[in-house]
Amino acid sequence: MSNLTASADVIKVAQPKARSRRLPTHWLGVAPFFIFALMFLILPTLYLVVGAFQNNAGEWTLENIANLFQPSILAAYWVSIRISLASAVLGALVGLAIAIAIVRGGLPGWVRSATLTFSGVASNFAGVPLAFAFLATLGRLGLVTVLLREVGVNIYALGFNILSFWGLTLTYLFFQIPLMVVIITPAIDGLKKEWGEAAATLGATTTQYWRMVVIPVLWPSLLGTVILLFANAFGAIATAYALTGSSLNIVPILLYAQIRGDVLHNPHLGYALAFGMIVVTGLANVFYIWFRTRSERWLK
Amino acid sequence: MKRSSVWAWITIIVGAAYFFLPLIATLEFSLRMRRGEYSLDAYRIVFGDERFQATFGYSVMIAIFTIILGVLIVVPTAYWIRLRMPWIRPVVEFITLLPLIIPAIVIVFGYIRMYGSNSPLPFLGSARGTDLLLTIGYATLALPYMYRAVDTGLRTIDVRTLTEAAQILGAGWTTIIARIILPNVLIAVLSGAFLTFAIVIGEFTMASLLNRPAFGPYLQNIGANRAYEPAALAVIAFAITWGCMSVIQVLSRFAPKSANRPN
Repeated sequence: MSNLTASADVIKVAQPKARSRRLPTHWLGVAPFFIFALMFLILPTLYLVVGAFQNNAGEWTLENIANLFQPSILAAYWVSIRISLASAVLGALVGLAIAIAIVRGGLPGWVRSATLTFSGVASNFAGVPLAFAFLATLGRLGLVTVLLREVGVNIYALGFNILSFWGLTLTYLFFQIPLMVVIITPAIDGLKKEWGEAAATLGATTTQYWRMVVIPVLWPSLLGTVILLFANAFGAIATAYALTGSSLNIVPILLYAQIRGDVLHNPHLGYALAFGMIVVTGLANVFYIWFRTRSERWLK
Repeated sequence: MKRSSVWAWITIIVGAAYFFLPLIATLEFSLRMRRGEYSLDAYRIVFGDERFQATFGYSVMIAIFTIILGVLIVVPTAYWIRLRMPWIRPVVEFITLLPLIIPAIVIVFGYIRMYGSNSPLPFLGSARGTDLLLTIGYATLALPYMYRAVDTGLRTIDVRTLTEAAQILGAGWTTIIARIILPNVLIAVLSGAFLTFAIVIGEFTMASLLNRPAFGPYLQNIGANRAYEPAALAVIAFAITWGCMSVIQVLSRFAPKSANRPN
């Protein structure tokens, strides 16, 4: 018995020493991850960021950033931001309506599960095949175009074009709306029944309940999701490229052309273009995280 | 109450119309190749196309290696963080979110500049090296999804007790991770794997800029040159995405729901 306590004492005494010797090996466990992230995520990005602030001779300069403000590049950013914003806001509104309908609309249970399953699929159905699907639907020979023409509505004569701002926005909505549904449904589920009952007890009408309880509570996660959708559309290239080739002047397509063939005739301007994209999506995500931490306070 | 139900139905029906019309239109278009009747000609041509088989096979291979690489990086890291370094979790979570902030085209642009044939690490000097770099790039893109899936899986098991039990029985770290932890979070890992597969299989930007013969650039090429085959390919791609998501949903039914340990 005394032997046991003695050996326990020895262990106690020996422990701090052993721990201090073992401390650095802790890092070995996460070293592969950090090396991987550094080599293939952080350093390549930093390389471009640093390059954006240098000229061909390797001197520090702000000239590349200033050159971003030439009309053609500015126009590309502007179109990109408008398409991303339009598809994010519309996607969020429609997605919210669908989410409210399946959670609060008193629909049968299978509608909810079917909608959520389909949203999971559609939010991941992007890229080149999505462009094909919309060409087959709203292209010049697409099903909807042809059907509408047969009833006397020629949408192309009315100024619609799938290879345009609204065409691309409409296409992006196919993954933006489901993404909104997937993200916002849990938030609406998180609205407590008691709040509605409390509001009703205090004599609030349905409109008042929505305006003064639901919308303020959902607001941060709504805004946050809009921003996430924005970043999602801003970085996307495959759909736009397959849909319009290089005819639509948006930033990712411009950068794609720059990487392929230095169309800006200045590699460092290409770095600045990439840097600009990171700044836009980075800012968007800072806001997203900020709004999300605010919304989590309520929706526990 | 009745009125809100009517509005809910209208919303769902309008939404369903928006989502089903393109799918129906694509299906219909893909069947229209033969004049005057519906046929599967477009599918026959696609499946018979050597480049379809080659690029699809290539992308499946890359996807499998991406999943393996992702599991090798994520599982030990997430495990180790839960076991020994919980304080570093916010940093790691932030890094795994970076691929959502940095667009894929920017990441691959960085690769092209950093790992060219004249660089200290000339990945782009050979075809195999470029394949490896593409796999790495895809593993980076999949990092947010893989990490979250595995971390959620780890939350449902008692990492510490399992580790101590294994250590008492004389297991080393490799044994613990490969034979204790991995089987316990297998369902979570598989969910992450199928999501990775769905993302990687038709990816265009990275494969195209690294000049690899993958399925995404093939799709784009067919889209630019053919009429009916793209529709058939879109239907096939949708079916693949659907398949991956269904598998994930089936898997989630088998996943343990309750945490044994408050986290």
